[in-house]
Amino acid sequence: MKPPVFDYVAPRSVRETVDALGDPGRTAAVIAGGQSLLLEMHLWRRRPDLVVDVNRVAGLDGLGVDGGSLRVGALVRHAAFEAPQAVPGPLGTLFQQAVTNIAHPPIRARGTLVGSLAWAHPASEWCAVALALDADLTLRDSDGARQVPARDYFQGPHRTARRPRELITSVRFPLLSDDTGVAFIEHRRTHFCFATVAVSATLTVRDGVITGSRIGLVNASDRPVRALAAEQSLLGAEIADDLYHRAGRAAAEQDAAPVAEPFADPGYKRQAVAVLVGRALRRAAADQRSRAAGRTEGLR
Amino acid sequence: MKITLTVNATDYPLDVEPRRILADVLREDCRLTGTHLGCEHGVCGACTVLVDGEAVRSCLMLAVQCDGRSVRTVEGLAGADGGPHPLQRAFSAEHALQCGFCTPGFLMLAAGALDADPDLAEHPERVDSLVGSNLCRCTGYAPIRRAILRAAEEQQRLDLQA
Repeated sequence: MKPPVFDYVAPRSVRETVDALGDPGRTAAVIAGGQSLLLEMHLWRRRPDLVVDVNRVAGLDGLGVDGGSLRVGALVRHAAFEAPQAVPGPLGTLFQQAVTNIAHPPIRARGTLVGSLAWAHPASEWCAVALALDADLTLRDSDGARQVPARDYFQGPHRTARRPRELITSVRFPLLSDDTGVAFIEHRRTHFCFATVAVSATLTVRDGVITGSRIGLVNASDRPVRALAAEQSLLGAEIADDLYHRAGRAAAEQDAAPVAEPFADPGYKRQAVAVLVGRALRRAAADQRSRAAGRTEGLR
Repeated sequence: MKITLTVNATDYPLDVEPRRILADVLREDCRLTGTHLGCEHGVCGACTVLVDGEAVRSCLMLAVQCDGRSVRTVEGLAGADGGPHPLQRAFSAEHALQCGFCTPGFLMLAAGALDADPDLAEHPERVDSLVGSNLCRCTGYAPIRRAILRAAEEQQRLDLQA
């Protein structure tokens, strides 16, 4: 099918954008990459009266570090995170591992990270990463801006704290310290499928003791999940292999709330969560060791 | 809505509804039917074209979004003398097509990658992840990979001579 009839505007500034979104008589949709929105419009599942194209808005394409955090503007494409130097430190490694799981190069050239957060699909890689890392979103309407932490933002499948008249202008991710190891692992049926389950994991180790861990689960519920029970099982423990297995079981049994899908019933997804969390933590631990070895190497 | 599309270096002043996707406007208004539409879901990649040099799905872009931008389709691959593009010659030499429906999409996908990545010939793994973008139900992909690498190697040789 073809998209239903709508009006289209391409504002040049954030002010013009939020004014267009604030029109009370119309259902508006923001288009940035449009790789999900246009598909939904083809299928007539989304029928906006007005499409507000932000691709020509100045100042939304910024990607950079300031203070202790990475700021990602609304127009930064997925592909930006494929470059090894795009984001410094362990956060950059995590982003690079996560992004290659998102669709394929032509989709990554158009789709945006902020767009994924706006879309809030339960199988979105970025949504789970944002939740696990305590990202902070900036939403703006014609009255001003507000910050929403990721933990208050995701409310269900395609449901978020964003009000219809608001534009997400950027999102901030806290940078990860050098004593943190990271891993992102995804399981899906074929190259073309959405994630059956995926796991984003960080592990911070000081003097052989785990002092921090952040675990995000993709498609393990009707929204992104932070695996707090799994994280809790790791804190204060000395590094050991059986820890990761236990954390995986905790994530599967206490944190995940899987929704049945074709080819993946809840029991299967729980098993996949258990295995992937264990695997991701082992890989994060190895990453942390190699970073520590690299630093020692640098000191000699 | 009045827009101007620059397709293969020719300006097309058009009046199009915002709801119309780039692929349909290329095929129906510009009469460039080399761009194929398979799934219209962004999955198959048959409709891949270059917009400002970047390979994109023309079923997941509105034509109005491309106002003032430069679009390159499979019709724009031929050289100034009308002869085939190195990629087209390589596809022929490696038998990288059978039914041919997906071929314009693969050619444009590869053309974008060749322009962006002069070292593609040395990185077969990049070609692997690239060809995973599009669907081909005939060839099994191996001949397409060989064709893209062959064209990349040829381009590299020409770059060295230049």
